[in-house]
Amino acid sequence: MKSLRDTWLVFQRHLLLMARSPLQIFLGVAQPVVYLALFAPLLKPALASMGAGTMADAYRIYVPGMLVALALGGGLYVGFGLLAELGSGVIERARVTPVSRVALLLGRSLRDVVVLAVQAAVIIVLAIPLGLLVRVPDLLLAYLLLALISLTSSAVSYGLALKVGNPDVLGQLVNNLAQPLMLLSGTLLPLALAPLWLRRVSDWNPFSWAVTGMRELFAGHPGDPAVWRSLALMAAVALAALLWSARRFARTVR
Amino acid sequence: MIETSGLRKSYRTGRRGRTTTVDAVAGLDLHVAEGEIFGLLGPNGAGKTTTLRMLATLLPPDGGAATVAGADLFASPAEVRRSIGYVAQGGGTWDEVTAREELVLQARMHGLGKAEAQARAAAAVDSFDLAEYADRPCRGYSGGQRRRLDLALGVVHRPAVLFLDEPTSGLDPAARARLWAEVRRLRDAGTTVFLTTHYLDEADALCDRIAIVDGGTLVAEGTPAELKRSIAGEVVTVGVAEPHLAPKAAEVLTTQECVRGAEVRPDGTLRLSVDTGESAMPQVMRALAGAGIATATIALHRPTLDDVFLARTGRSLEES
Repeated sequence: MKSLRDTWLVFQRHLLLMARSPLQIFLGVAQPVVYLALFAPLLKPALASMGAGTMADAYRIYVPGMLVALALGGGLYVGFGLLAELGSGVIERARVTPVSRVALLLGRSLRDVVVLAVQAAVIIVLAIPLGLLVRVPDLLLAYLLLALISLTSSAVSYGLALKVGNPDVLGQLVNNLAQPLMLLSGTLLPLALAPLWLRRVSDWNPFSWAVTGMRELFAGHPGDPAVWRSLALMAAVALAALLWSARRFARTVR
Repeated sequence: MIETSGLRKSYRTGRRGRTTTVDAVAGLDLHVAEGEIFGLLGPNGAGKTTTLRMLATLLPPDGGAATVAGADLFASPAEVRRSIGYVAQGGGTWDEVTAREELVLQARMHGLGKAEAQARAAAAVDSFDLAEYADRPCRGYSGGQRRRLDLALGVVHRPAVLFLDEPTSGLDPAARARLWAEVRRLRDAGTTVFLTTHYLDEADALCDRIAIVDGGTLVAEGTPAELKRSIAGEVVTVGVAEPHLAPKAAEVLTTQECVRGAEVRPDGTLRLSVDTGESAMPQVMRALAGAGIATATIALHRPTLDDVFLARTGRSLEES
């Protein structure tokens, strides 16, 4: 009960900080718009291998993958904010209070989920006139999947930030983590282009499963087994990431 | 209010295979009474901040025993946290939010309800005289304003014990005097204040009792007046006619039986610890004349806290 209340406190504060930084909001929304604009011309030829005959088809394949990439890539960078907070002393101020340590993590991660939800909404709204079609129940399931991915990536990023404690090392680490995970999930480039061994490797990447599930949702097939499989898998991965990161918070911020 | 015995903390430094252990705090016994301003005085690296951070539950001690506000620091740090406030050396506020928002959040993190937290924040704004800028973002505050907010954040939940790490570091004299007045006001209202400082005048003027530490151990403890009285000897300062000869003069004088310690100060004068000034002064002048060094001035001083430090450690606090 106390953890929930404290999570709400931390979440509110971080949402307020976000609201007070208009530039950060603007850039956060601009990034996916730029993705959409720059990748669009390449879509049709590149996605032809996945059965995209028209531009509309291409968007229905590309946008779900891009949403996963945004949740994964965006979330992995949130640890830098935590490092800045560690440096400024606000974390230490919280440490001498009885505030729940899990709440310090959860409040931040939930803020990151809200940020992602807004970014995703912008992309989906912009892609609808380009041919993207999605039913509301499918969209809600897609949002659930995105929230689980975002919780995973931000929890991992906060945990890594506490572990390495240095922005330069964190930057390298996040890059080395994000690039292969993105490539091996077929978010931006389709895995159909990959040799067989690479596709076998990507079977071990939970985000690859998430992309497949997301594409089925946007294709209007919520009953496809890939959907529940990806939701169950990402729920398990998110739980594991939160537990690991919460332990780091409890230990470092004891 | 705070009791420690044999409190220890060491750090391992260096690379793999070649680590050395540095004792930051090597067995400290402290007794802080309720309602006093207790200062930990010492040079940089003496273990002051490490000690304060251990007592404020931020750093787990390696050994010893300690209770803070009746709670065992080792067994129940969470219970200690309920009774303490802490202000870090650099403070800690977000730039984008206002002083009032920070005060409300801090009170709520201490478990207060929303209405109660808002009332406490309003009271803190009044008592720390923050009204003028309390609803502006912290980004634009001056050093003194920020420091008063830090202090208000440290006591918004009305703790029994307040920890202050170098509270006036980097403040201008006016802001400093004002902060001292705030700390005294908290003490007068019953708060026990535990602070670290490397300023002699701060220890002397603000603190009711002080512990002088060096190299992680206790050098002396008492009221500033007691400590100064404990210096059996006195201080003689000597100005030599040719300042470049001052180091040589110090060398000559340390060999004299009546001189317990001699050091050259940054202004080129010599400071000598002696047993009795009246008898030492002629001997000092004779020794200098014998070495061919002309004396320009010679004076006898009442001991300061720096003299206490010098007498106990052989070094001056002002230069270490």
